[in-house]
Parts: sequence; C-alpha cells; structure tokens
Amino acid sequence: MSFVGRSYRLPWIYEVGRQNIIEFAYAVSDLNPVYRDPEAAKAIGHPDSVASPTFLSVLATRSHHVVTDDPDLGLDYSRMVHGAQRFVLHRPVRPGDRLTTSAHVDDITSRAGNDYIVLRSEFATEEGEKVGTVVATLIVRGDGIGLGEGKDA
Amino acid sequence: MSTTTTGLRRAADVSKGDQLPPLTLKVTRRDLIRYSGISSDCNFIHYSDKRAKEAGLPGVIAHGLLTMGMVAKIVTDWVGDPAAVVDYQARFGRPVVVPDDEAGTTIDVTAKVGLVNDDGTARVDVYAKCEGQLIFGRCYAIVRLA
Repeated sequence: MSFVGRSYRLPWIYEVGRQNIIEFAYAVSDLNPVYRDPEAAKAIGHPDSVASPTFLSVLATRSHHVVTDDPDLGLDYSRMVHGAQRFVLHRPVRPGDRLTTSAHVDDITSRAGNDYIVLRSEFATEEGEKVGTVVATLIVRGDGIGLGEGKDA
Repeated sequence: MSTTTTGLRRAADVSKGDQLPPLTLKVTRRDLIRYSGISSDCNFIHYSDKRAKEAGLPGVIAHGLLTMGMVAKIVTDWVGDPAAVVDYQARFGRPVVVPDDEAGTTIDVTAKVGLVNDDGTARVDVYAKCEGQLIFGRCYAIVRLA
C-alpha cells in the first residue's frame, strides 16, 4: 500500500505569541530588532514585528511528529535523519497569527537501502490565507524493511 | 511600490556574483539545548554523547534546523528586512558535531548573489563550513528586492 498522497489535518491551532517570535530569534542568534520591536518593524513597512525566516520550523517539527508517529506508516524514529528542508514564505509570520497545519506525504522513494520521505506542511490562517509551506525530506536509514510494512515487519 | 520607508536592499544595487559580508557563528551545547526547548525537537542526539554514539554519530550534533536558522542571518542582515526572504532551502550534508565545552564549534558562512531574476527577486547562494567542510549540500535563499 502506498502512503504517497496521504494527508493529515492537525487538530490544533498554533497561536503565534510575540514572545515565541522573540525567543526563536534569540535561539538562532539573530538579534535583528524587527523580531522584537514593533516600531523597528513599522519603520521598514510592516504592521507589526515579524518572525525569523525559519520560525515555522517550530510548527513543522510538530507536524512531522504527527506523521512519523502514525503506526500505519511504521517509521523507526530512531533511524531517522533530516535530509533537507525548504521554507516557502507566502507572507511574514506575525504576533497573533492563529495558524492551522496540514501535513502531506508528497513522495516516498528508496535509494541505496534508505527510504526518503518528502513531507509538506501547509500553514494558513483560520480564514484560509496561506502563510507558509515547509517541505522536509526525512531519511530512514536502511535495514531492508520497507515503509508501510509495520514496525514489527 | 514605495521604497522610501523600506529597509530592503535595492535591485539596482545588486548584481550576480556580489559577495555578502561573511559571518562567523559559534555553536555551543547551550545553543542546542535552547533550540531543543524552543522547537520541541528533543532527539537525544542533540544532548547525549552516549546515545549519539550509539546512533552511529561521532558525538552530539546540532539540529539541522538550528544551523539553517543561524546561517540565515548572513542573508537577513544583507537584505535588510528578514521578511524579504521568501524561499530558503538547504540540504543537510555533514552533521555539525558540538563538543561539550565553552568553545563549542564554529561555522564560517559566506554567500554570493547567484542570480538576479526579472521579477525583482535574487537568489543568494550560501556556503557554510565547519572545520573546513561544507555542512549543507546546497543552500540558497530567494529574496525580494526593492
């Protein structure tokens, strides 16, 4: 059975707090004032402070967990490494955004004994405005067990 | 479009091949712990040498998304407005091993303009090295110019 095309609607809204944005900026050592000071952001044309370009990692990691924890998929998390990541930002993330998440299994391939899973997470407001798309490639290091064959295969 | 109040770098001032000011990043265990907490990626390979080695790694490694997030600063500082980054991607090549000491490890980042597009955007190619070796297979950002 193929899992390509499977989608998950995550059962929560992530409300972006002003402090979440500030703490993330500190965590990646970027002290640009536009992340913490609304006046600095307004001075360059934004209505409020903005989040770091990779802020959606915080939401995407939670999104990945939902997929990797799906018992049907039978992934071995201990053998998983992160292969690639892409952030497509349709508009800046701002304080007060209430974001929905949907996760999509776009592709699964096996190469050289490893499984490559392409997971796309779509983040939007409750009104449906697209905010960001995050695409991750997760690699499950090979042991000869195919995806979807179950954990005890 | 008004350009009077924006901090965006102007397209007229950007050419293919332009080098961005280089960036040196220090990464310590403290950074890894902070990022684990912020991101909820609490995989043991980011805090336990013992378990990292059991997983076949040389030691505790930084989160790919942490290094990717830190490295983005070379682009956000140069372009002037972090929100001008509309697309940012990396392939994670070599793991960044972070020793359990005050010095941690160092990532040296350089970048250059790889392409200036007709639609007012540019592609910035990013090269991040730890101990002389590239940590990303490919890394670039698409930025919107004024």
